[in-house]
Amino acid sequence: MHVGFVDYAIIGIYFVFVLSIGFILKKKMVRSEDFFLSGHAIPSWITGLAFLSANLGAIEVMGMAANGAQYGIMTAHFYWVGAIPAMVFLALFMMPFYYGSRVRSVPEYLKLRFNEPTRAFNAFSFAAMTVLMSGINMYAMALVFKLLLNWSMTASILVSAGVVLAYTVLGGLTSSIYNEVLQFFLIVFGLLPITLIGLANLGGWHALTASLPAGFDHLWAHTATAGNPMGIDWLGIVSGLGFVLSFGYWCTDFLVIQRALAARDMTAAERTPLIAAFPKVLFPVLTVVPGMLALAIIPGLGSNGANLSYNMAMPLLLAKYYPSGMLGVGLTAMLASFMSGMAGNITAFNTVWTFDIYQSYLAPDKSDEHYLWVGRLATALGIVVSIGTAYLVMGFPSIMDYMQMVFSFFNAPLFATFLLGMFWKRCTPWAAFWGLVAGTTAAIIHFTLTHFGVISYPSVMAGNFWRSSIAWSSNFVVAIALSFVTKPRDEKELAGLVWGMPAEREVREQSWYKRPKVLAACVLALTIALDVVFW
Amino acid sequence: MPDLRLAIGGLFVLIGTLLVGYGLASPVLTAVGRAQVNLNVCWGSLMGLFGLCMLLLALKKNGGG
Repeated sequence: MHVGFVDYAIIGIYFVFVLSIGFILKKKMVRSEDFFLSGHAIPSWITGLAFLSANLGAIEVMGMAANGAQYGIMTAHFYWVGAIPAMVFLALFMMPFYYGSRVRSVPEYLKLRFNEPTRAFNAFSFAAMTVLMSGINMYAMALVFKLLLNWSMTASILVSAGVVLAYTVLGGLTSSIYNEVLQFFLIVFGLLPITLIGLANLGGWHALTASLPAGFDHLWAHTATAGNPMGIDWLGIVSGLGFVLSFGYWCTDFLVIQRALAARDMTAAERTPLIAAFPKVLFPVLTVVPGMLALAIIPGLGSNGANLSYNMAMPLLLAKYYPSGMLGVGLTAMLASFMSGMAGNITAFNTVWTFDIYQSYLAPDKSDEHYLWVGRLATALGIVVSIGTAYLVMGFPSIMDYMQMVFSFFNAPLFATFLLGMFWKRCTPWAAFWGLVAGTTAAIIHFTLTHFGVISYPSVMAGNFWRSSIAWSSNFVVAIALSFVTKPRDEKELAGLVWGMPAEREVREQSWYKRPKVLAACVLALTIALDVVFW
Repeated sequence: MPDLRLAIGGLFVLIGTLLVGYGLASPVLTAVGRAQVNLNVCWGSLMGLFGLCMLLLALKKNGGG
């Protein structure tokens, strides 16, 4: 492939914009709250798109296309069974507690609702998880740049790390959020032509599915048993992916919730996941469909040939369809998605590190400037550690399986803690802590048994789904059982933290179309319609 | 906070203009179904238009307070 001067110029223009945003915002970062929470001043359309884009990293762009090529339209379950219901649940039922309690992070909520050890457990595991995840983005970017631009792995890892470092250290969360929105539009404009050209050339959707293996065109039709491309039945999909993994990720992962906490007021925070849900419903057009197109168009995709792994579906399509010029736009879109995926992890990491670990256990009672400075330092250190994890990820065969594995350890059990914490006031602090320990331990035991072949599944993904269900159930059962034998918190302390114990809330009149419940009903109706169409 | 639409608008107008200019200077045709399309010019104009809309929205808001 030939990458011309114009392609480099487009990438260059994008870098200049990203860095300028960081420099302009630096002047606004006076207090630690500005740096970590954007001073609670961002309108909901921006937090909504950032909420979506923080998750729109390498996994989404390369991973979902790879899965589309591997499993067909069933990959859309990640969106229509997975993400959307979870985002609606977060908006309507959980956001009132997150935003209403004025916490700065998810671990801080656990401290208010339960106790210090539960917060510490979550803070440390979350910090570990974020740096593990941001390494994936760097690795994916290096992979693409090596193929398309012939850069060495190390050179592209260092360039991307340098740019992300500059804009997150300068502008904090706001800089990260602004770039996430910029990236959202770049992704749409950079990848949409692939789907349009591919479908036009093949002769439309039906011609595409006719050229793919059987079962690639249905979501549910072959899920009565595990005899479908994904190797998992409807119960596994609904419980493992739909319930535990997706709710665990979207409802408890501070990486996305931090975007909603930056919103102006409570209803703007509630609207954030819902505004994100609308484009999310349609995202399979940009990710899953190109994966399916790649399988039909690129001979030998998924074989062991050099650069023909499923992960390369999207970059190979860029190379096939885009002339110099558009290639620069496509590359910039991918670059932007990797950088914002990484920046999202890093800004979540620096907040949890600074507030939940450093300020809580290492150096309490310091000045606000001190914590602002520590936040900037944590950003730099987080990126350095991510460079290390990027090399770690290189050892894994599939980034998507790796990521779902990480989630099944950390997010799946945590979701049980949150469900009980927010909706059952009898759940006690120590029950929550030991439930979390039990859930994580169950995931580790299950992983070990699968790893050594004691338990086996048709696919790695099926193993991940079932591990998540087991981790969640273990946490749920242990926490309920222990709640009956340990001391609950005084009810007065739980106002604004548990369902049925509301804190005072400012009520604002708003147009009907801005009301969270109306938006939620619309997005759910659209999702159900798509499930029916692709049944 | 600075208006984000200015940044989005500026970036898309710049990239759109560059694509259209490059597409006209060295035309490459891509097969889309039965048609042959100069992708850089077509998509570049669309990106530029989108950028202009964003700029106008930002200026309208700032102008009107």
